[in-house]
Amino acid sequence: MMAMSRLHQYANPMRFARLSKSLLPWVGALTILLLGIGLYWGLVASPADYQQKDSVRIMYIHVPAAWMTLFVYVNMAIASAVGLIWRHPLADIAAKSCAPIGAGFTLIALVTGALWGQPMWGTWWEWGDARLVSVLVMFFLYLGYMALWQAYDEPTKASRAAAILALVGVVNVPIIHFSVEWWNTLHQTASVLKIGGPSIDASMLWPLLIMALGFTAYFVVLLLWRMRAEILARRIHVLMMQKASA
Amino acid sequence: MGSSHRRWADGGYPIMKRKTQRAVLIGSGMAVLALAVGLAIYALDDSLNFFLSPSQVQAGDNIPSNTFRLGGLVEDGSLVVDGEMNVQFVVTDRVADIKVYYDQQAHGLLPDLFREGQGVIVEGTYGQNLFTASRVLAKHDENYMPPEVADALKEAGEWRGEAPE
Repeated sequence: MMAMSRLHQYANPMRFARLSKSLLPWVGALTILLLGIGLYWGLVASPADYQQKDSVRIMYIHVPAAWMTLFVYVNMAIASAVGLIWRHPLADIAAKSCAPIGAGFTLIALVTGALWGQPMWGTWWEWGDARLVSVLVMFFLYLGYMALWQAYDEPTKASRAAAILALVGVVNVPIIHFSVEWWNTLHQTASVLKIGGPSIDASMLWPLLIMALGFTAYFVVLLLWRMRAEILARRIHVLMMQKASA
Repeated sequence: MGSSHRRWADGGYPIMKRKTQRAVLIGSGMAVLALAVGLAIYALDDSLNFFLSPSQVQAGDNIPSNTFRLGGLVEDGSLVVDGEMNVQFVVTDRVADIKVYYDQQAHGLLPDLFREGQGVIVEGTYGQNLFTASRVLAKHDENYMPPEVADALKEAGEWRGEAPE
């Protein structure tokens, strides 16, 4: 019985390991291509803004990072729900692997936002701003999720506790997105995803979208990498347990 | 009652239904959570605003006696700078106007993006129809464009400027 269930557990991760190995070079090349084009277009070839001058170029990093903050979180929450309901180990591994990547993107969004805020608004950070604070909460949700994984020795227990936190944190996703609509904020309202079409000139919108695609491809690369590493770590763990008990 | 027990598996409920049960549990948990957070946000509503509008300040409801923030547009032609770098301007939401006083020598220069017709947020106290600011933040709107496009829009008379919040 034990051997059977273990076989069943590792059947899918093994297939995933093969599939991800053949995918990685392609997504990696795509990432380099998109980020290369996007960075040159955004930082060099695109025009300066009529108000912000060259400071507008921070947007090409800040906005994709902020989008990824939400996108990665939604992925982590979906994987957590799948792991909770179907008890699929690969889903738990995917959710666990999302967290540090999402935390990284959130940190980039927070730091670049502060760097833009100082010259433009006249402040690095405002505690009263609903958008700023809700994104900081998201950063702490990622960190809390990672800490929960560390708090348990047993992966099954850890994955369940962490998955519940991930699902609870989903309420923050619409709060972040709509914070600039629901309340008066220092942060500007959405320029791209808004009713009536983008209020950003095409010469700036295109490099922004290329950067967003590049960030997404980069996320896929990091996710596959982390998942592969996690699967290997678990196999090493199982082998060492077997060796110790033999 | 007794015979229906036989249809259930060992755990007291059918094994195949556990997944559905978990899904329902998670779904209803999320729904309750969303409702609770929604109610909390609804109750907190105004206190989560970063600034008050000139109309709210003029109406006088819920104006804090200590420091608070006022946000709106710097009215065109309202900016006055005296010899000692004290500035006065009017913050408007096109409904109400509030006169603002700011001492640059005491509190620092105005931010680069501060200009007439642009969004601004001032922090300070209000009394006798004058807002005395100790901080001025420039609010940037959601419009991004190169200078040529901005000029072309102005020339064509399509310039919408900043809409008040």
